[in-house]
Amino acid sequence: MEQWQTICKQSDLVKNTGVCALIDKEQVAVFYCGRSQSVYALSNYDPIGEANVISRGIIGCVDGEVVVASPLYKQHFSLTTGECLEDPEYSLKTYPVRVAQGEIQLQI
Amino acid sequence: MSKQRIVVVGNGMVGHKFIDDLVQRDENEQFEVITFSEEPRLAYDRVQLSKYFSGATAQELALTDENYYQDHGVSYVLNEKVTAIDSTERQVITASGRVESYDKLVLATGSYPFVPPIPGNDQPHCHVYRTIEDLEAIETSGQQSEVGVVVGGGLLGLEAANALQSIGLKTHVVEFAPRLMAVQLDNGGGKLLERKITELGVEVHTEKATSEIVAGETCRYRMNFADGSYLETDMIVFSAGIRPQDELARQGGLELGERGGIVIDDSCQTSAADIYAIGECALWQGRIFGLVAPGYQMAKVVASQLCDEQESGSQRVFTGADMSTKLKLLGVDVASIGDAHGNTPGAQSYTFNDEIEQVYKRLIVSQDGQKILGAVLVGEVDAYSNLLQMKLNDMPLPENPAVLLLPTVGEDGVGNAMGVDALPDSAQICSCFDVTKADIKQAVAAGCTDMANLKGSTKASTGCGGCSALAKQVLDAELASLGFEVNNHLCEHFAYSRQELADIVRVKQIKSFDRLLDDYGQGLGCDVCKPTVGSILASFWNDYVLEEQHIGLQDTNDIFLGNMQKDGTYSVVPRVAGGEITPDKLIVLGEVAKAFNLYTKITGGQRVDLFGAQLHELPVIWQQLIDAGFETGHAYGKSVRTVKSCVGSTWCRYGVKDSVGFAIDLEDRYKGLRAPHKLKFAVSGCTRECAEAQSKDIGVIATENGWNLYVCGNGGMRPRHADLFAADLDDKTLIAYIDRILMFYIRTADRLQRTSVWLENLEGGLKYLQKVVIEDKLGIANELESEMAHNLSQYQCEWKTTLASPEKLKRFQHFVNSSEPDGKLSYVTERGQRRPRFKSERIEIVDVTE
Repeated sequence: MEQWQTICKQSDLVKNTGVCALIDKEQVAVFYCGRSQSVYALSNYDPIGEANVISRGIIGCVDGEVVVASPLYKQHFSLTTGECLEDPEYSLKTYPVRVAQGEIQLQI
Repeated sequence: MSKQRIVVVGNGMVGHKFIDDLVQRDENEQFEVITFSEEPRLAYDRVQLSKYFSGATAQELALTDENYYQDHGVSYVLNEKVTAIDSTERQVITASGRVESYDKLVLATGSYPFVPPIPGNDQPHCHVYRTIEDLEAIETSGQQSEVGVVVGGGLLGLEAANALQSIGLKTHVVEFAPRLMAVQLDNGGGKLLERKITELGVEVHTEKATSEIVAGETCRYRMNFADGSYLETDMIVFSAGIRPQDELARQGGLELGERGGIVIDDSCQTSAADIYAIGECALWQGRIFGLVAPGYQMAKVVASQLCDEQESGSQRVFTGADMSTKLKLLGVDVASIGDAHGNTPGAQSYTFNDEIEQVYKRLIVSQDGQKILGAVLVGEVDAYSNLLQMKLNDMPLPENPAVLLLPTVGEDGVGNAMGVDALPDSAQICSCFDVTKADIKQAVAAGCTDMANLKGSTKASTGCGGCSALAKQVLDAELASLGFEVNNHLCEHFAYSRQELADIVRVKQIKSFDRLLDDYGQGLGCDVCKPTVGSILASFWNDYVLEEQHIGLQDTNDIFLGNMQKDGTYSVVPRVAGGEITPDKLIVLGEVAKAFNLYTKITGGQRVDLFGAQLHELPVIWQQLIDAGFETGHAYGKSVRTVKSCVGSTWCRYGVKDSVGFAIDLEDRYKGLRAPHKLKFAVSGCTRECAEAQSKDIGVIATENGWNLYVCGNGGMRPRHADLFAADLDDKTLIAYIDRILMFYIRTADRLQRTSVWLENLEGGLKYLQKVVIEDKLGIANELESEMAHNLSQYQCEWKTTLASPEKLKRFQHFVNSSEPDGKLSYVTERGQRRPRFKSERIEIVDVTE
């Protein structure tokens, strides 16, 4: 089993926005949803816009699914499964993420 | 198969309409079209001719242009009069001797103004009123005159009087009949019209027959009247009716009417084979139709015949036309429907005459009181569309027909009293483009749900615009009857429209998205409602957009205060108010661009765009720019962008006012104002309009007497010319109007709705907006101004604020846990600057390295 790796302090996250972490050369977008007090992690690479921008998208929900909208062409990706709502052919890798002792930790 | 050769003589409104109809239907490209015009330009809007004097240019009046004709394979010859028809050889011959053969010949030669045979009518400064050249001549005479007379108090005569008055002449109208607009109005209507325009400073002389024009004593000329009285004037415009231009047909041996006009049958065919006549030159059942709509119908009839379309019978034959009309003369609303004089045997009438408000309405009904025969409306014409529909469709009158004349209560008034549901499908809603109720229903069935869409798909209301309220009613009724719940909810999280949310935020003084969602919404929100609410909050309260409660609402452009490009980098656009920049500042821009290797391009809004800045570079770049005196340009926001300007009177030989200075003032005033969509302004220093203000949301053009304000123009995907909102304003009034218009737009527009679409969907359109802003019909003008004042008082340079906050600056790096940049970015050099490497270029490189 992989180790939990700390990427930043919880206080580094701003409610309802994302940040991008670099772990083992992978870019991971991490979001903090203020209303549900949940943290989500998934690939930062937008396969449709072909750029590392997912962490800069707006989060919200569509039909009950918690999502992020890519800032480039606004497709929605599920924050829990990584699947693209508009085109299920595209899916983002998701990562286990947790808050421990005030730190945000990822498994990779 | 060789193409059929269609020759069209005359490129006026009707000639052009025919060509347009034909090429639009000509899917198999079976026609070759050539048109001749004796005028020096292609078709223009003669109906709106008087706008020439309120600032419209010949170009704006144009109905088409060279490109459109070229794209559709239409040949045109300007300044070339066709002088002969040889119907045996099927040829036409022009004044210069050019010979063109035809398979089908369409005569759209129009009419010429009738000049009464008065001795002295051919002297200098005696004009007619039909072409742009006539107007240019009138304008030139006007500059050398103080008093002007229009001979003829009909529809065109009053238009001409308006023109003379607008160029500053003391204006008289001389009419032979006992009242103005004798054809369209009854005595009561004519008298009220006379009273109204007299109050506007135009002197009206009825029952005057001019016997001679001789040299004057106080003015250039004296007009002696048959009754012994006289009038002195410096110039004269004859507008005493029109005569069909049938000289060419006469030469060609075509059958003419006794008093002129080319005789046509129901197919618009003349007495000669393969020759058609349409518009004002044509005589159908002994009648000449001097309005544009019947001419358009004839054009359509001929086009559909040539295309041999299997359309419903009514389109292929001309069955006469209704001569009802609604117009604004010298600012007075006038309308006439059907038998306005009650000449039908047994006709009875209802009259409403309000001398206080100066409104006159008369309804003429059949002997049995069941049907409308005609109507006259002066001073208030809101009932026009409904009365006309009732007449055209032979609809039964309501129990008490007098209600049709009574002052309207509320916005809907008569319209809803009758109900558009009662109209048959064949009812023509838009007469300019012959759009019926059935056409609108069809458009709705095809997915059209708003006015902007309807205008695009059917062209309804895009001509004179007189039918817009009615078209909207039909649209709404149709949507409702289809069980279309017109759902304007913003998204699944808010069961409110953007306008409703804006009202809630404003009235309930809500300052955060969370509070709004708690009280009025559900769920988490999304990328639709968050930026929308973020924009509403910014429009009314104008807090710093990166405050913690707002930051999650912003699109990435607003969060990083730059425009995200395709590779995830940002562009940098400092404000260059009015497009004026010192050499030193320009050098700074160059130095910054060079230091950070930014691709550099001049924008359409007269500033400089620096592309390819990475997150960690943005604060460093902006620090340098701010140190050099720049501030943020808000190019990233749905907000006021730029105020473009021409160089104006400070340098330009033609400049009337200091357009640059005023543009800078405007840009400084409104900079940073967030709105439902981006806002672009421009200021031109004279009517040459080099700043292209008429393509902007807010356009300002200098005049001799102040500023003309144009609103709701747009470039972009669907360009729209701005409408003249008000003329000759002083600085203070202009700014008050802009404050009110923008704030009203912010309050009422839909999400991401540009001002152009907003205005088109605004019920009542421009007129309503003028009532709200100029007349303060809703009593909110002060509120709007103070809301604007509050917003503007909260202005800050968002970059300056951000640079002062170490906390905010933390966001400006690609990784939260590393200072490395995004390793995926890759560039190539093109034309001396870098640009993102395309995907295809990337694959090649991968192949090589492997």
